[in-house]
Amino acid sequence: MWQGFARFARNRMALFGAAVLLCLLLLVVLTPVIYPDDPFKLAGPALQPPGGSFLLGTDTLGRDVAAEIAYGARTSLIVGVGATLAAIVIGAVAGGVAGYYRGMTETVLMRITEFFQTIPAFIFALLIVAILSPSVSSEIIAIAAVSWPSIARLVRGEFVSLGGREFVQACAGLGASDARIIFNHMLPNCASSIIAVGSLLIGTAILLEAGLAFLGLGDPNVMSWGLIISAGRAVLRSAWWICTFPGVAILLTVLGINLIGDGLNEALNPRLRER
Amino acid sequence: MRLARYMGYRLVTALPVIFGIIVLNFLLIHLAPGDAASVLAGESGAATPEYMDALRHKFGLDQSLGMQFLTYVSNMAHFNLGYSYRNDADVSSLIFERLGPTSLLMLTAFGTAVALGIILGLVAATGRNSWRDNIISLISLVAYATPGFWLGLMMIVIFSIGLGWLPTSGFDTVGAGHEGWAEVWDVARHLVMPAVSLALFYLALYARLMRASVLEQTGMDYVTTARAKGQTERRIMTGHVLRNALLPIVTIAGVQAGNLIGGSIVVETVFGWPGIGTLAFNALQSRDLNLLLAIFFMSACLIVIINLAVDVIYVMLDPRMEI
Repeated sequence: MWQGFARFARNRMALFGAAVLLCLLLLVVLTPVIYPDDPFKLAGPALQPPGGSFLLGTDTLGRDVAAEIAYGARTSLIVGVGATLAAIVIGAVAGGVAGYYRGMTETVLMRITEFFQTIPAFIFALLIVAILSPSVSSEIIAIAAVSWPSIARLVRGEFVSLGGREFVQACAGLGASDARIIFNHMLPNCASSIIAVGSLLIGTAILLEAGLAFLGLGDPNVMSWGLIISAGRAVLRSAWWICTFPGVAILLTVLGINLIGDGLNEALNPRLRER
Repeated sequence: MRLARYMGYRLVTALPVIFGIIVLNFLLIHLAPGDAASVLAGESGAATPEYMDALRHKFGLDQSLGMQFLTYVSNMAHFNLGYSYRNDADVSSLIFERLGPTSLLMLTAFGTAVALGIILGLVAATGRNSWRDNIISLISLVAYATPGFWLGLMMIVIFSIGLGWLPTSGFDTVGAGHEGWAEVWDVARHLVMPAVSLALFYLALYARLMRASVLEQTGMDYVTTARAKGQTERRIMTGHVLRNALLPIVTIAGVQAGNLIGGSIVVETVFGWPGIGTLAFNALQSRDLNLLLAIFFMSACLIVIINLAVDVIYVMLDPRMEI
């Protein structure tokens, strides 16, 4: 795996992605220092174009767009990472159990996985948030609920190919419990694939979050990029900047994460390296 | 004959999926806070007590959970999707009314994405690591990270507000009274931006897939054989590689059909396109959960049908498939 990271470091695109993400993390950490005020609070006159005393202008309620974007970054990252971690946990358990026990268990679990992959993901996510009432945690639950199948299929595949290997048989022979074999021995062997696929899932999750917030399903009391765009839509004709900059932030963030994900995929999945 | 039997078999295997969605919908109704009848009535509080009682009775909500489930399944099986108080219309007729514009938008976006994606992927793969390949890869990377609704808004800013070339929203010019080709042209002008916003992500996806697929095929033995026979590179590409490389695209295209429906919700909302997406957005705004559940059910059914069609196309394209 460490060799993999060395290969990752030689990938210029991936390093660019890492740099973008680092800037974003820096922004998130420094936000309370740069913009100590609540982003929902009035900061100046409404609809100021960018470049004046406000770097990215102000919105219809006189809020600083730059501050809104800075606070939105935190929401995007929390939802993106939180939903991905939840999806990895669900997917690893479902895929691991299916790939370890095989037989009927596998058939049933994989059928369920396929089912969740077939149903229209975005509408399902909409429904979950609408029913649980809009909040950051319902967004995380909804996005995790539509993202776990790909992890489950990946882990199951890895488990099936690991199943016959000597170290697994040795563990079983030494009397290790099933749970111990699955979680302590087999899952760590899938870590590199999970990291590679999971990093790409974060990008998808951030896009999903933006879509949900844009449709008014984000937490109304937490600033997010989708929320800013959705609020700025009404004045698109006179104030283009309100919608534009949060979108650029989404684009750069997801691009950065995807580049890192591609780099990790290439570095950690030897099978893909030739492509 | 064997194909017909295969289709029959696939139809039977699709039934559990439909059933699963009904179960899921049932669970979601009961997960919602408050009385299930208020969920089914759409707007909680706005319905009359008599109507709520009628609903409770119709959906058997005064009975045990097991009976409720059976009633729900039977209602769904008969396409009794309920009544939307907010829209004052039958849910199923509401959805069918909106099917036309949504199909037009989705088919246009999907067709563009598949056709252009295949071409771009092919161009990228044949000039691997050339400037063409790099530019196409760069575009698809950016397209991959762009939210469709934001792209739509930016296009409105540039092409409608800035340049005044295209209309900002709607299906056609209201009150223009165009007929014949004038009407077609009018709708087409309204269709361009929504279709592009919806298609771009998938275009990038198919271009990437096609590139990988073509590169995989060019490493195969049959390509070496063809080359050894002295066939031209162009002929190898069009006669041998292209057809084999298309197979994975067909599979993924079927899988992605479901996501296209989700994407059309945000895009239709941006452009005021009078389709199922706008209907879903309005249902969301008025918390008309039953209408949303019905849209979810209908789109899931649609996806099952698309997947069936894809499987059949796949079998027809690839004679090696055992059916």
